[in-house]
Amino acid sequence: MGSSNSSVNNIPNAQELMQETGFSAAHILRLHERFEFLDKHKCGQLRLVDRPTNQPQDFGAVQELALNPIGDSIISAFFSPGQETVDFASFVRILAHFRPTDRNQSRDGAQQEPANSSIRKLKFAFQMYDQDRDGKISRAELLQVLRAMLGIQVTEEQLQSIAERAIQEADLDRDDAISFDEFRKSLEKVDIDHKMSIRFLR
Amino acid sequence: MEGDFWAAAIWALEIWLYLIISTIMIPAMFGFSLGISETYMTILVQTLEWATLKIQKANADERTLKSSPSNGLIQREDGSMEKELEELRRSRPKPPVGGDFTLSDCFYFTRRGIESIVEDEVTQRFSSEELVSWNLLTRTNNDFQYISLKLTLVYGLGIFVRYCILAPLRITLACIGLTWLVIGTSAVGLLPNWRIKFWLSEWVHVMCYRICARGLSATIRYHNRENKPKKGGICVANHTSPIDIVILCNDGCYAMVGQVHGGLMGVIQRAMVRSCPHVWFERAEMKDRHLVTKRLKDHVNDKTKLPILIFPEGTCVNNTSVMMFKKGSFEIGATIYPVAIKYDLKFGDAFWNSSKYSMVSYLLRMMTSWALVCNVWYLPAMHQQEGEDAVQFANRVKSAIAHRGGLVDLQWDGGLKRAKVKESFKEQQQKQYSSMVVGDDSSSFFLSSLTV
Repeated sequence: MGSSNSSVNNIPNAQELMQETGFSAAHILRLHERFEFLDKHKCGQLRLVDRPTNQPQDFGAVQELALNPIGDSIISAFFSPGQETVDFASFVRILAHFRPTDRNQSRDGAQQEPANSSIRKLKFAFQMYDQDRDGKISRAELLQVLRAMLGIQVTEEQLQSIAERAIQEADLDRDDAISFDEFRKSLEKVDIDHKMSIRFLR
Repeated sequence: MEGDFWAAAIWALEIWLYLIISTIMIPAMFGFSLGISETYMTILVQTLEWATLKIQKANADERTLKSSPSNGLIQREDGSMEKELEELRRSRPKPPVGGDFTLSDCFYFTRRGIESIVEDEVTQRFSSEELVSWNLLTRTNNDFQYISLKLTLVYGLGIFVRYCILAPLRITLACIGLTWLVIGTSAVGLLPNWRIKFWLSEWVHVMCYRICARGLSATIRYHNRENKPKKGGICVANHTSPIDIVILCNDGCYAMVGQVHGGLMGVIQRAMVRSCPHVWFERAEMKDRHLVTKRLKDHVNDKTKLPILIFPEGTCVNNTSVMMFKKGSFEIGATIYPVAIKYDLKFGDAFWNSSKYSMVSYLLRMMTSWALVCNVWYLPAMHQQEGEDAVQFANRVKSAIAHRGGLVDLQWDGGLKRAKVKESFKEQQQKQYSSMVVGDDSSSFFLSSLTV
């Protein structure tokens, strides 16, 4: 596919995006093609839901996402609270979280934490549970996500039992919710850089 | 003066037609070859090899040549759900009670979800495959870099040859082929049902398809012809374009299955069915699955009728993979003869992207490509085994075809590119995950949580 720099210039803010996210020009181009593919109505924005039916709109075109148990949570992550559309820049910024961590990257303290750092990846995963973005995973939120992941395969009692144990394990300050720090502590042994990264080719 | 001009034009046209008939049609009709297309193909292959070397040499310093001809933007992890979740959970011991759930489980699903947003396996298969190296066609040239004068000249010459010499020739041939198909089959249809009618009908069909194949400069290599489909069976193949029919019918006669169309297609369909039985359905009949199955069964059980040709994918795919086979043809209980078709991309991309090109513009693109080169493998016949249902049988046949043709075997339904995913697929995922969380024996789970 065309990878010459001249066609990247047709994309607004391409250079800034490349700087900010670390994607190469070729990646930005491919992601833009993908964005345009998902943007069926050609309005430059991806939309959250189709108003009359409340079905996932543009992301609904991706079959594999439709059968992902937390597909809805993932889609919501693209949209800022209250927003129902997402433009290309935001689309790329979210995807930047999944670039492999640059191990030897040295940066001065003034620079913002890069999108693909371990902390940012962890925050993204936290958001999968913390749907209302209040900084805490409440019991109700955890139950909701568990129900989405397990569907009708488990009973209500089993669900409650699972949630109970998960909170007991992670909730250190006994406020019946899991804060981001508690989340991080509970997962400190997991190799998040590897598990939450996608290898982008060329 | 004008009269002279027209007389000259008609004379030129006559010469043109006589040339075509003698050098291309007559050999095609009788199945021998004068060697013209072979010479053309040899020249073409050598030219493309030369061009590839030139481009590679030029790009060697810049390292812009891709190492693998993949369409992919990302590298997918191939681990199963079980394997990946096990790895995620390794960092802590399994709890005795309350299910084996950990907060890091979502990492797996999140990553899979994001991977599919960036690139999903289904959509990939509905765009043309990418070439390893440019094949001197304008349409595949995404990244034009001036390399050398010679290359550009050859490219220009190629355009002239393809559009001004080959295309008119091919269009003429295709028209002749189709006209002859209609006339020939109608003529044969007038004969009473003597033995000779079947023989003539087959001959007319094969002849017309051969002319059409010449009309596309098709070079077809058939492998394992001892496995060719026999009467009373069903021939099953992967689908890339409507030209698949021409490719397969060059080497034998099949009964077609399909919907009755109007217009030109309808004329052809009606003519064909006069000389030998094909299975054409009205639009309304196609909805009734029992009716369809019954008609196919009847055809198959009549041992004098030709093998049926079916493309179970139901849609054209880009020839890098085989999508889910619809189980309808596998429920009939007949012998299945699988066939794998693989096109060589260098000479022309045969994939029909029906959302991008109409049939006519697709055919024109085909006629202005270099040629059509493909391999056809006849696989040994397969039967439905004991205890195997239609879906499993279909998957078994699909794997065999994919394996032989060097294609990727996918379980996705190609028809779903326009429709919604079934709930049952999502339930499958949930089921798989829940067996990792609560285990299959949910009663012990419940008991152990009571003892706490």
